[in-house]
Amino acid sequence: MAVEDFHHALKFKSDLCIGCAHCTGICPTGAIHIEDGHPQLDPNRCVDCGRCYQHCPVNAIYIEQDDFQTVYNCKYPVLLLPSIFIAQFEEKIKEKTILSALYHIGFKHVFEVEKSVDFIKEEMQRTVAENNGYKPIISTFCPAIVRLIQVKFPVLVPNLYLLKPPLDLTALYIKKLLTEEDHIPAEDIGIFYVTPCAAKIAAIKSPATEEESSVSQVINMNFLYSKVMRVIKQGEYKLCEDSRTRYHRLSKSSVNFTLTGGEVGLLSTGRNLAIDGIHNVLDFLEKLEDEDIQDIDFLELRACDQSCAGGILCANNRFLMAERQHKRMQKSPDEVDSEDNDLLNYVDYLNEHKRVLGTVEPRSMDKMDDNMAVAMQKMRRAFEINQNLPQVDCRICGYQSCKALSEAVVNEKASVEQCIFVQRALEHSEKLTILDTLHINTKIWGTKKNDPAIAKNLNL
Amino acid sequence: MGPEYLQFINQTIVNMDFTYHVEGGDFTNAGSTSSEVKRMLKKLGVSPDIVKKTVVALYEAEVNIVAHAYRGDINVDLEEDKVRIVLADEGPGIPNIEWAMQKGNSTASQKVREMGFGAGMGLPNIQNNSDELKINSVVGQGTTIEFVNYFNK
Repeated sequence: MAVEDFHHALKFKSDLCIGCAHCTGICPTGAIHIEDGHPQLDPNRCVDCGRCYQHCPVNAIYIEQDDFQTVYNCKYPVLLLPSIFIAQFEEKIKEKTILSALYHIGFKHVFEVEKSVDFIKEEMQRTVAENNGYKPIISTFCPAIVRLIQVKFPVLVPNLYLLKPPLDLTALYIKKLLTEEDHIPAEDIGIFYVTPCAAKIAAIKSPATEEESSVSQVINMNFLYSKVMRVIKQGEYKLCEDSRTRYHRLSKSSVNFTLTGGEVGLLSTGRNLAIDGIHNVLDFLEKLEDEDIQDIDFLELRACDQSCAGGILCANNRFLMAERQHKRMQKSPDEVDSEDNDLLNYVDYLNEHKRVLGTVEPRSMDKMDDNMAVAMQKMRRAFEINQNLPQVDCRICGYQSCKALSEAVVNEKASVEQCIFVQRALEHSEKLTILDTLHINTKIWGTKKNDPAIAKNLNL
Repeated sequence: MGPEYLQFINQTIVNMDFTYHVEGGDFTNAGSTSSEVKRMLKKLGVSPDIVKKTVVALYEAEVNIVAHAYRGDINVDLEEDKVRIVLADEGPGIPNIEWAMQKGNSTASQKVREMGFGAGMGLPNIQNNSDELKINSVVGQGTTIEFVNYFNK
């Protein structure tokens, strides 16, 4: 897939942005720098983890979403709901109420994403037990992690487990079920996936491999939460009949899947680890790449703290959501059979389609240049520039760190005079005037922050 | 490139040549050199399998110094088509290099082996993951391991 096809769901609203650069500081891949007072996103570095969205103090970052009108325009809209959606609500709002509200909104059916976990379980157990290849096998459940490995840990790309995630497997089953059993024409069916995060949107709009997603549209979870809450508060809905729904009870491990440890919990043999929080994952993968960590069989890695309960589009606090999810798990049956979960009648079909088609390609962001000799020169120069910088990573140059500035300088995207310490040194030796440096800083931070009137306003 | 007063930046350093010091017995920091070298190779755009190979060989050799020598220096000479790494330690030395290069040969005691260490895979592992390998050792003085990995293979 071409580099320019890397789709991002995170967008900046420049009218709301105050240019505080908090996003620049928090970004785990250094994808954001400041120019003209506003953040600029490097599309080849961003992995859609959403840490910037969480840290923005003025909500100037938003997550794009498909027009909800398409639900009404669709002949047969079906909702593909991650079980964590339910956990957003207070416990007094029962599952059935939430479902009824969703039917009221206009969905023909509601299927939970984790229905396919019962299928995945055996598949995962077998793969991990029989693995003679790259170790550890790394889960591809979290799309932000897949992208992180592509851009930052190309050595680990062969470790990725190319089993389709529950979202895609359940979508395949829904299409099969509705066309074969209910005789709904395939072109009438629209599968609407509710996403707790930006990474899932990006993965659906531009998958890591060339294979297209079977999901038609994506709805942001906080948006649908608000819609459902309104229906419930206004009491507009009719309680649905149990027979109407294909919403079945999930097994314990299916409910648990979405939380940290959900994948590792499916495995009964080997050394398997679950790590959540993208900065924790970065630390761990760095060590794994260094050969410092060995003999792990399976790695479950999730970009968000508390996994999907911590998704940036979740409407409630992640710990409270994890708690409700956990309580649901305790009430769920240990095992379900095909009577409870008819997806298990489609095991043969799913087995044929369970693999992700194509390959995930490494797309290293660390590479300084395509030409190795040039890369060598750039690396040398960046190294020397960096040695002369103050190492306080103040971000006043607009970049995340002194190191990031020195790399931008050798790539001719920035100048070393953007460093405020270098500016002072140059002013001192009369190589730059104060007006020169003011001009440089205005290019980074815009006119407002560099207005000489600030002194007057402060009565200085 | 750039204004005259920034010319200091244009002076090319002699080479990308780094030396790292390693203390014997410091297991907490064992592996930090291979991590640093890995980062540089990634910046150069060296292919993932060659990065991996180099990291495996260097990590193994680095840990050897930490585990067996008193101290050592690791010199990394990075060129545009290859990396040459020389690990020189002050330590007990290897009495019979040819013997130690054989898979499974190890001087480790039974006690050490019971814990899963000293399987006699160290030097063979370095050999398997390097394109050229030279080992010199003087008993009672120390060992020098030099290996080269080429980028375009």
